[in-house]
Amino acid sequence: MSDPISAESGPVPARDASGLARGASLPADGPIVAGGASRSLRHESAAMHVSGSATYIDDMPEPKGLLHVVPGLSTRAHARILSMDLDAVRAAPGVVRVLTAADIPGHNQISPVGKNDEPLLAEDLVSYYGQPIFAVVAETRAAARRAARLARIEYEELPAILDIAQARAAGGALVWRALEMTRGDVLAGLAAAPRRLSGQVTMGGQEHFYLEGQAALAQPGEEGEMRVWSSTQHPTETQHMVAHVLDRPSNLVTTEIRRMGGGFGGKESQANTPACLAALAAELTGRAAKMRLDRDDDMVMTGKRHDFVVEYDVGFDDDGRILAVDMVLAARCGWSADLSGPVTDRALFHADNAYYYPDVRLRSEPLKTNTQSNTAYRGFGGPQGIVAAERVIEEVAFATGLDPLDVRLRNVYGTGTRDLTPYHMTVEDSIAAEIMEQLARDCTYRDRRAALRAANRDSPFVRRGIALTPVKFGISFTATHYNQAGALVHVYTDGSVQVNHGGTEMGQGLHTKMVQIAMREFGLASDRVRITATTTGKVPNTSATAASSGADLNGMAVLDAVRRIKDRLIAFAAGHWNVAPDAVRFLPDGVHVGETIVPFPDLTRAAYLARVSMSSSGFYKTPKISWNPDTGRGRPFYYFAYGAACAEVAIDLLTGETRIERVDILHDAGRSLNPAIDIGQIEGAFVQGAGWLTMEELVWDSAGRLRTHAPSTYKIPACSDRPRIFNVALLEAAPNREDTIFRSKAVGEPPFVHGVAVLHAISDALASLDSYRTCPRLDAPATPETILRTAERLRPRAGG
Amino acid sequence: MRNSIRFYLGDRLYDLPDCPPTLTVLDWLREQRGLTGTKEGCNEGDCGACTVMVVRREEGRLVWRALNACIQFVCMLDGAQLFTVEDLRAPDGTLHPVQQAMVEQHGSQCGFCTPGFVMSMVAHRKAPGAVADDGSIDDALAGNLCRCTGYAPIVRAMKQAMQAGADHFDAQAEAIADRLAALEAQADGRGVRLAGPAGRVTIPADSDALAETLLADPQATIVAGATDVGLWVTKGLRDLPHIVAIGRVPDLRTITQDAEGLRIGAAVTYQDARDSIAALLPDAGEIIRRIGSTQVRNAATVCGNIANGSPIGDGPPVFIAAGATLHLRRGAARRTLPLEDYFLSYGKQDRAPGEFVEAVTIPAPGPRTLFRAYKISKRFDQDISALLGAFALTLDADGVVTHARIAFGGMAAIPRRARGAEDALRGRPWNAAALAAARAALDADFAPISDMRASDWYRRTVAANLLTRLFAETAPGAHPPETRLAGRMEAADV
Repeated sequence: MSDPISAESGPVPARDASGLARGASLPADGPIVAGGASRSLRHESAAMHVSGSATYIDDMPEPKGLLHVVPGLSTRAHARILSMDLDAVRAAPGVVRVLTAADIPGHNQISPVGKNDEPLLAEDLVSYYGQPIFAVVAETRAAARRAARLARIEYEELPAILDIAQARAAGGALVWRALEMTRGDVLAGLAAAPRRLSGQVTMGGQEHFYLEGQAALAQPGEEGEMRVWSSTQHPTETQHMVAHVLDRPSNLVTTEIRRMGGGFGGKESQANTPACLAALAAELTGRAAKMRLDRDDDMVMTGKRHDFVVEYDVGFDDDGRILAVDMVLAARCGWSADLSGPVTDRALFHADNAYYYPDVRLRSEPLKTNTQSNTAYRGFGGPQGIVAAERVIEEVAFATGLDPLDVRLRNVYGTGTRDLTPYHMTVEDSIAAEIMEQLARDCTYRDRRAALRAANRDSPFVRRGIALTPVKFGISFTATHYNQAGALVHVYTDGSVQVNHGGTEMGQGLHTKMVQIAMREFGLASDRVRITATTTGKVPNTSATAASSGADLNGMAVLDAVRRIKDRLIAFAAGHWNVAPDAVRFLPDGVHVGETIVPFPDLTRAAYLARVSMSSSGFYKTPKISWNPDTGRGRPFYYFAYGAACAEVAIDLLTGETRIERVDILHDAGRSLNPAIDIGQIEGAFVQGAGWLTMEELVWDSAGRLRTHAPSTYKIPACSDRPRIFNVALLEAAPNREDTIFRSKAVGEPPFVHGVAVLHAISDALASLDSYRTCPRLDAPATPETILRTAERLRPRAGG
Repeated sequence: MRNSIRFYLGDRLYDLPDCPPTLTVLDWLREQRGLTGTKEGCNEGDCGACTVMVVRREEGRLVWRALNACIQFVCMLDGAQLFTVEDLRAPDGTLHPVQQAMVEQHGSQCGFCTPGFVMSMVAHRKAPGAVADDGSIDDALAGNLCRCTGYAPIVRAMKQAMQAGADHFDAQAEAIADRLAALEAQADGRGVRLAGPAGRVTIPADSDALAETLLADPQATIVAGATDVGLWVTKGLRDLPHIVAIGRVPDLRTITQDAEGLRIGAAVTYQDARDSIAALLPDAGEIIRRIGSTQVRNAATVCGNIANGSPIGDGPPVFIAAGATLHLRRGAARRTLPLEDYFLSYGKQDRAPGEFVEAVTIPAPGPRTLFRAYKISKRFDQDISALLGAFALTLDADGVVTHARIAFGGMAAIPRRARGAEDALRGRPWNAAALAAARAALDADFAPISDMRASDWYRRTVAANLLTRLFAETAPGAHPPETRLAGRMEAADV
């Protein structure tokens, strides 16, 4: 068997390096080692994944005397706690200790944005059904689970606000400041437009359903040290939260994560509760403690994607050109701020998708509700803004009788003209039109659309629809200070390399890409470069692995560290072998030193003997960006990633059932760091996005209890829900115009938006019911029931 | 009488005299054996991350089954050999062809669901007559959820792996068979009975022994496949002090065809019954394909699905429409009743303490009987029905409905017949007027509830629309080209 990660496979688009401006990220000249950055390489853990030897938190060897922590959850959506009788819990077999807010030595506060509105354990008030009130610490997990059910808590119920409508009716309390973006005079623009319409689109939330539930293991050390292994996308924040809760400096707390079993944003802030409770248990008992949530508890406790209601008012002309857009984007944020501020901001940043609005006003409404505190989820509000933008396009298309694709093409951002976003950032690189046109040609969109319409006329029960939608996605954290990263690279005397960085691996292949950067720079095969677990002990002050930024930020930091070591090795080699520094090159067959080829290990051994440091940290901060929420102006994004998807679906008019029959995607990953991994990201993101907009439905009952709290009731796409025809291609010869790592583009979140094509294809199929005269105004998720209701609305009345 | 549970994990024999009755295979593997390759994703048999493979010797050949370890009790493994993901690499460390294909096709991202997938994939390769088309792969993998890949690379890997040659399990087949035969030989035909601090386990030798056990302890919990009872334990945290495991009781594992129809014994799984039922009623076969997943159908029994009285169990409405008869037994006393009479009210069935479901008989449809069954759920595969309608219409030579049996699940607290709709059809030619009358009558037949699966409006509307679909597929005359998106069948099988 070959080495699991050395073999190259998967599609490798031909790319040439010509036409690139000189920049810091330009690769070394010469051939790229097999599997080096810009080439496909298998996931660094693939062989371990398939063998069951890849270790997740709950798989780690358990420390002696390990205790297990299980939370006790609120059974009211909004209530004062009148009394709490935990005697039966404490007396239950195997119980060692019960944790309540009173046991917290530091601050009972884990708000990730410093808003102090999120206690770790509820004190006298519960704000949602499922909020942790206490935690049982027991010798076994089974004992802790049983004991947690024995609590007797008396509540005084308070009025609970469960959704957007109720929140507005109750006065519209917000968890975060509302944001307004304006450009031009929207009211004048609307008034002057030849045509005008308004409407509303509703879209549901989404459960992350990472396959590995939240988990953390804490082990106390000497003199107040605490080591925490946490399934977290944000080790630094987890470190800070644990320190805060335990009331000690950060230098005593170390957080580590080798890999997560999926994250999708759900382990950014939401990982803090298990980590803090495990650490609290470890602190108070002096024993290691683990908290691994049962799936139902996980789904009931943790935040999800925000559901939104967007009201829009649009002015346009008979040619389908949009002249003015006014939108209010309201979100159910849950009981605390969490990340709802930046999420609702990002919804506004994407409420234009790829389209230029001459006059525009966008306003957010981050509403407080007595439900789970909604949080980061792949796209972070962006997909919700884009769903609203695409609904506006669809409205204009039906109003004008144009093909929605033509409306899209007429409104897409230009270059040099019609290129200013609602937040006053100039779009310098709009390629959305080219991508849409190329995809439409490649997948014969227009012919297929005509054929489907003809076939629908003869099919009373099954109808088909097609839609082609673009994505333009802004890349960077909108909180500018998050756009920094660190790395630490060691070269050992035997020429093996260890790479550490601040990003976390949750399946997206970040670690593989980081290995590839070092491989390419040093000319080394994959078996010479080892990635290690992410730990705050090696790279401090890191940002969450989020906002699609993992490879952009950490890749540049790794590159910086590698280049610093290379510079020292080049200086050493030039002196040692007496050649010019530019005659030293790191290539796949060894280090070229003038005419000689020196094996890398020979160089590193010689450098060691000459007392050359072969370890370096690296650092990166994204240039050019700024954003001022007070003025609503700035350049929040370093660049945009683009793409387009075309979906064809069938729907059953009797039942509302749907099938996605074919999907074609053309996506812009810049010069991909790893085409195989990026295609995997796109395929997976599409199916996840389609799931969000079709079958995934969160249902709360009138008491505020989440009824879809397990995979038996909450349905994510299964194998047969993938499109049988599923063509995914990367845009070729499209290096990032900005100076990113080897001219690649971020690929985590943007392709999630491709699922929007499915919603519009279903809508297109429904529109056949009244001969394509009426915009179906299909809301999401388009479950069979939503589709059937929409069909009933569209069906011509007898004699009508 | 044996007093221990005996099975192999890999090639090592385990002999457990104090096996706790409800200890799950997953907890045993992870917590007691330190085998952490098998993952817990949901602990309710829905995600497949805990999929393991169990091999048994049946009728002289080895039968490999993928099962959800989270809702299998260890005591149910008696007489089997269990394989986990840790057993997949060949003894020399070479990856199994399925593992190799998953690596080459980039089939893992976060990797957490991957062990479960590879186990399902290996089991699929071992299924008799397994093929590599999309439909069979979808079926084989319906019980494994992946949130990262969108499944495309996993399907590519499955197709690649189907092309690969024999694996090391094939090479060991004889050794495995010998080992299992030796286990069988040690069984003395008198069953297993053990009692430990956590409770009792009984594995009756035959149905007579089962009847005696239940007479002696009517409170004992009968477990066939544990796909329902497992959740009482993993989610309900219930104590079940006496488990009577009937899944391997030989005389309950029989399917027989007699004058009355197909008689399916209490321990026959859906997977084992599927082909026989599909041969009798093709649409029922398609419903069974959509019950749970391969892992669930490998454990769940037809009779268990009936016995537990779920209002949304997919089997009962199908079998009620087909005119099935239930066989109950208490001690030596046996009785039969029409299946629909077994369901009394929500959670209440016509079953006395100590009584058990021994079999169900599904009659063959007459030559002029049209049978259709439609399952409606948010997701096509491995989802609980919002509603399910099953229809048996018998037409005479003039196209007049002479008999009508219509049953629905999900429309009431129990699976129930739509008597009003049946009456509206009986004696009428099967035409548009009859359809309209049946639709109207159906509305009065049920008062469904709203829940997370669907609203009462949706259930009512779709129930009536399923009559329309039935009409489109079966009424005399031309049929529309497409009448459904799942389980499409030839229009001309009437």
